[in-house]
Amino acid sequence: MSITEYFNLLFTDYTLRTISLGTAVLGAICGMLGSFAVLRKQSLLGDAISHAALPGIAIAFLITGAKDTNILLLGALVSGLIGAFWIRGMISKTHLKSDTALGLVLSLFFGFGMLLLTYIQKQPNANQAGLDKYLFGQAATLVESDVILMLLVTGIALVVVLLFWKEFKLLLFDQDYANTLGFNTKFIDILITFFIVLAIVIGLQTVGVVLMSAMLLAPAAAARQWTSSLAVMVFLAALIGAFSGVFGTAISASQDNLSTGPVIVLVASFFVVVSFVFSPTRGLLFKQIRLIKNRRDLQLKKTLQFMYGIAQTHENIDHPHTIRILNNFQGFTKKSLRKMEENQWILLNKQQWSLTLKGFAEAQNLFNQQTQHD
Amino acid sequence: MINPQIEIQLIAALVAAACAIPGVFLVLRKMALISDAISHSILPGIVLGFFITQDLNSPLLIILAAGTGIITVVLVERIQKTGLVKEDTAIGLVFPALFSIGVLLIAKNANDIHLDVDAVLLGELAFASFDRFLLLGIDAGPKAAWIMGVILLITLSLLYLFFKELKVSTFDVGLSSALGFSPAILHYGLMSVSSITVVGAFDAVGAILVVALMIAPAAAAYLLTADLKKMLWLSVCFGVFAAISGYWLAHWLDASIAGSITTVLGLVFLLVYFFAPQKGLLSVMYRQKQQRTEVSLLTFLLHLNNHQEIEERHINHLREHINWQQVKANTVVELAIDNNLITITNEVISLTTKGLDFTQTALEYIITNKNDKIEHLKDDFFLFRG
Repeated sequence: MSITEYFNLLFTDYTLRTISLGTAVLGAICGMLGSFAVLRKQSLLGDAISHAALPGIAIAFLITGAKDTNILLLGALVSGLIGAFWIRGMISKTHLKSDTALGLVLSLFFGFGMLLLTYIQKQPNANQAGLDKYLFGQAATLVESDVILMLLVTGIALVVVLLFWKEFKLLLFDQDYANTLGFNTKFIDILITFFIVLAIVIGLQTVGVVLMSAMLLAPAAAARQWTSSLAVMVFLAALIGAFSGVFGTAISASQDNLSTGPVIVLVASFFVVVSFVFSPTRGLLFKQIRLIKNRRDLQLKKTLQFMYGIAQTHENIDHPHTIRILNNFQGFTKKSLRKMEENQWILLNKQQWSLTLKGFAEAQNLFNQQTQHD
Repeated sequence: MINPQIEIQLIAALVAAACAIPGVFLVLRKMALISDAISHSILPGIVLGFFITQDLNSPLLIILAAGTGIITVVLVERIQKTGLVKEDTAIGLVFPALFSIGVLLIAKNANDIHLDVDAVLLGELAFASFDRFLLLGIDAGPKAAWIMGVILLITLSLLYLFFKELKVSTFDVGLSSALGFSPAILHYGLMSVSSITVVGAFDAVGAILVVALMIAPAAAAYLLTADLKKMLWLSVCFGVFAAISGYWLAHWLDASIAGSITTVLGLVFLLVYFFAPQKGLLSVMYRQKQQRTEVSLLTFLLHLNNHQEIEERHINHLREHINWQQVKANTVVELAIDNNLITITNEVISLTTKGLDFTQTALEYIITNKNDKIEHLKDDFFLFRG
């Protein structure tokens, strides 16, 4: 199946439509909430929580014995939240640093989850097969009710984000100020963390425990490069997330043996790379171009200053000199001379140059900046 | 106990010891999550190495995969250096991308490859003793034990040789570069050892549980001691203990060995986290409660010092005035009486000379904010720190 075929099928094929819609919604909610995680420097919280959700799934299954997605996800939510708050507790009460706390929760919860999963697999319960889809995720198992759940959660998250927009923004950028204004920062903090955990849990079924953190981070990191406004960033991140979801699904559907989760992550990573390189203000490419331009400008000014020094020793400024006498000085090229002529700083006449009045004034003003520039 | 059981426990113990040593330095250098990143991103290295060598235990594969680990570290540092994103975001971006590439490589070549993602991520220690190492045609034990043994030996000898350098550069980067130990070489050396350990251990205990074996023993040891040598010993002991008891837990539950080793590690850490004598949760909370009482006592004494009037010093008035609960007020007053700081006559509290003296010193400390003022208070009065 080629990509064009995929887009034709998107409107006719039920399964494909459900999956695409699911991954798009997932990408959007992850992008939206991921922006907060990235700006709060909690990027890896997502990784820890997604791993910490695993024992919750196993315990929920052990208690109910049924493979109802909603109940399993509820278990994941509870154990993810326990993980998230244990991390906070560990950082505030002991001298262990955040990286150690995250790594501990991640690996210990996951290991315990694995113990439970393998224990369940040995049980004589025919229902147990397929629990391990939460490890790597299987977008193909998405059904309409899952997508409706995702839409519901996204809707609630959107309402909460809009409702608490001011508080979230304040907490992100200046927690102390929020405190002094009398906001209950603890509550807002818990609210954000809760919704981040919720987004992660929702995504487990589709992209799995291991890759969930990238879904949260990549769209936000990409969006950050294009803007410095929180609203625009959240919106862009949601958009990039949704696009990654749809494109990832399209690519994985058009090839055999390509699992959806990793492809979505790679598409999102591609967006990140493009943003890193091509973003007009922060991008590496334009930064490099600006650097070169500034360097050239400096060379030009240096040449002008040198000429000014020569012109000063003569009675009239526009006395012509040969270009050759600039040879002792390394800063000039033919191109830079032409550029200076364009600026009307000098007049070129065959192998000779002479400073204009404008050039003289410019050079005089270079260091002490007595006259204001327009 | 049959022979394979002993072998599996030996492998588990070797893995635990080999992981614990670099783990201590990662935790101390606040780079614990690098081990998580490495353990995921070695996947494409392992797959590519497997295409070349066709043998999961070949040393070439281990070196190739460890190379991917180093590449991850370098990539994270490069991205971080651009200043576009913070370090943790850089880690979070790099390893899922590399891991995805690995997963897709496996999926695309599922037919030619005897490798699945579950095995890399979770490992299966129970099968490790099936892969034998033949020395001159004689069975010399399981291959995994040899590999981990060699890695442990290398780690130990490097630790012995560079202990001083590692110690200095971990706690004081500035001093170590001033003394002429290149922090970069030590950093990449540590990263290389970690990568090799992770790769060597992955097919025994799986990539994620390597992270547990690296971080959990070190974190537990860190809560118990502030001495680097003791911390190394303790974390190796914790690791080996968890490995062996984890094996028996798995045996009893008939579940994944790696999973149960991690669970034991989790329990060990939890115990230490709650009950560590100085830095455990309970003792921290107890200390914080003590400090709250001390501050209350100080407030109380300062209040008495400020007021000469009888009605301000009446015992019933105080409860109202400072707005304390009954229990708290009683604790504070009793503590003050026990220390001979106050006397109560006719329900009116007054400071003793000792109390006055104490209050003056405390006041001086508050005004000048110099530590030497308060230092001897701790010795003169037993109330401080319980």
